[in-house]
Amino acid sequence: MAVLIGKQTRAIVQGITGNQGSFHTRLMLDYGTRIVAGVTPGKGGTTAVGLPVFDTVAAALEKTDANASIIFVPAPFAKEAGMEAIDAGLTPVVIITEMIPARDSMILIEYAKNRGATIIGPNTPGIITAGESKLGIMPGDVFKPGKVGLGSRSGTLTYEIAASLTHDGIGQSTCLGIGGDPFTGLNFVDVLKLFRDDPGTDTVVLIGEIGGSAEEDAANYIRDTKYPKRVAAYIAGRAAPPGKRMGHAGAIITGTEGTADAKMKSLREADVLVAEVPSELSRLLLQQVSPLQ
Amino acid sequence: MKLFEYEAKSIAQNLGINTPRGAVASTSEEARDIHKRIGGEAVIKAQVLVAGRGKAGGIKFASKPDETRDRATEILNMTIKGERVKKVLVEQKAAAKKELFASIVLDRANRCQTVLASDQGGVDIEEVARQAPEKVLRHRLDPVFGMRSYDARLIALKLGYQGAQQGTFTDFLSNLYRLSVIYDAELVESNPVIEMQDGRFLAADLRVIVDDNSLFRHPEFQERSKEISSEVTALESKARDNGLAFVELDGDIGIIGNGAGLVMATLDLVKQYGGKPANFCDVGGGANAEHVATALQIIQGADKVKAVFVNILAGITRCDEVAKGIVDVKKVMGLKKPLVIRMVGTNQEEGRKILQSAGLTAMDKMDEAARLVVSKVAA
Repeated sequence: MAVLIGKQTRAIVQGITGNQGSFHTRLMLDYGTRIVAGVTPGKGGTTAVGLPVFDTVAAALEKTDANASIIFVPAPFAKEAGMEAIDAGLTPVVIITEMIPARDSMILIEYAKNRGATIIGPNTPGIITAGESKLGIMPGDVFKPGKVGLGSRSGTLTYEIAASLTHDGIGQSTCLGIGGDPFTGLNFVDVLKLFRDDPGTDTVVLIGEIGGSAEEDAANYIRDTKYPKRVAAYIAGRAAPPGKRMGHAGAIITGTEGTADAKMKSLREADVLVAEVPSELSRLLLQQVSPLQ
Repeated sequence: MKLFEYEAKSIAQNLGINTPRGAVASTSEEARDIHKRIGGEAVIKAQVLVAGRGKAGGIKFASKPDETRDRATEILNMTIKGERVKKVLVEQKAAAKKELFASIVLDRANRCQTVLASDQGGVDIEEVARQAPEKVLRHRLDPVFGMRSYDARLIALKLGYQGAQQGTFTDFLSNLYRLSVIYDAELVESNPVIEMQDGRFLAADLRVIVDDNSLFRHPEFQERSKEISSEVTALESKARDNGLAFVELDGDIGIIGNGAGLVMATLDLVKQYGGKPANFCDVGGGANAEHVATALQIIQGADKVKAVFVNILAGITRCDEVAKGIVDVKKVMGLKKPLVIRMVGTNQEEGRKILQSAGLTAMDKMDEAARLVVSKVAA
């Protein structure tokens, strides 16, 4: 079991003919993901990575039975590419594209919400259900099937932590990057809700970072709902100075808000296992056996 | 990208937002002439992007043009929080009946734009929010439809405006909102908004921050965004020009990594083990040899750096490319500072062979590598 994607997922790739799009389509196919078509305006009727290319998502759906999309199109066109996927009834819609204007993301996320679609990203490494399906740009081999659901605001740090969990014999159900931008389709509370109802997940790992209040909101949600599953977290950015963007658009301490220490404190107060360093996560999980096992 | 007050006011005026009479000056003589032209009592304001210029003495008043010239001379010689003052804004001091606060922000937690407004303007609004949160009104806007006339009317009403004044304030607020949309602003903030004796509202101060990701549709700001602002150090500007995400810090251990989260975690680890990071440097996903070489050259070239830590977890990035970049620097200019490399992931074996051929080694665990680099500086 898993959340959002699995063996049933049949995806199209929007922006399949670009460098990133074609490169990662190949890697996703290698992983075993069912990719059924690509979409690039003006390239309809051609093929890319051995797949048929269509001009529009609607045209792709006349010929295939896709139910999800992954988007690599450049930032200026990403908002409408997302809307196009949503209008065609696809979900989830994974948006890898980074540097999308915040206003565009804000509008797209509301659009998805009103139509019942799930957006993952933007500025995300994507989502992977270990051993089943990968809609993203993460290296597939660091993930192994298991019972830890993982949600993260970062890319490489997710691979780092997933690799160390896998190394220590702790497998994962679904791992997803919510994205490094200020506005993302899913926040940590959404991730917790998804894993709460997944029988294949017994533990949730959250990888947060400075900026915003997604981690504090998660802590409040865990406490207020007496969250039934074990939760562990690592927060990056304790050494970051205020007022500076640390690579991700959303990773910025504004005034005294959004510090790593404040986030760690609120998570600890909600009985979340908080790791001081990334490698400690495995240790924490191995020391304390899941209440569900 | 933060706009200077005079830039923000200039675009505001084009949208029909009232601002005090005045103009921007680069010399004290220009400042005097502006005062002559506008008459009355003048306020002379340093044009800087850092906050807190008032407390630093960057805002002064003068009743005569010659006084304005002297005050402008003083301000133009100031450096406020590290930012050299290059221009002053000279404006007529407005007679206020009342001072308010109004801002429109991109609200991360609620995924929408939110209006913050208060009838306690002209003071530190965060302080007001702490002491008396009920004095700061918060009104969320629909993400798709934005500010509708009744949103603005509701806010005007809550601030106590009725009749004709309600309409006047509603127009003012709607124009601030239009500005936020047209210029893709993360923040539009006027503090104070002055309600004049004649009933007009005036943006006496105006801050606008444009979303950096939207600059592609704002060619008017493209040149301006390249100018070195006080907020960017020389090292940061050099690194960013070379396509690196870079933030200078005050320690002595140079850090290079791939991926913002991993680099942040690397800084944290170094600090955890008693070291002080000199910088944040993300070479990005899929970095090639050249990116890595540039990063290493820039960082080892900084005087304050005593050791360098390269931390790569290769996914899309390839270890052989990273290794090539490091070895290139060693061959061309030499490694000037002790170097600790942690490198795992895609093409790990090829990468390590390249390092070995140049007499370098890579470690597996980032904890151990962080400890090692800290010990190199402490020794």
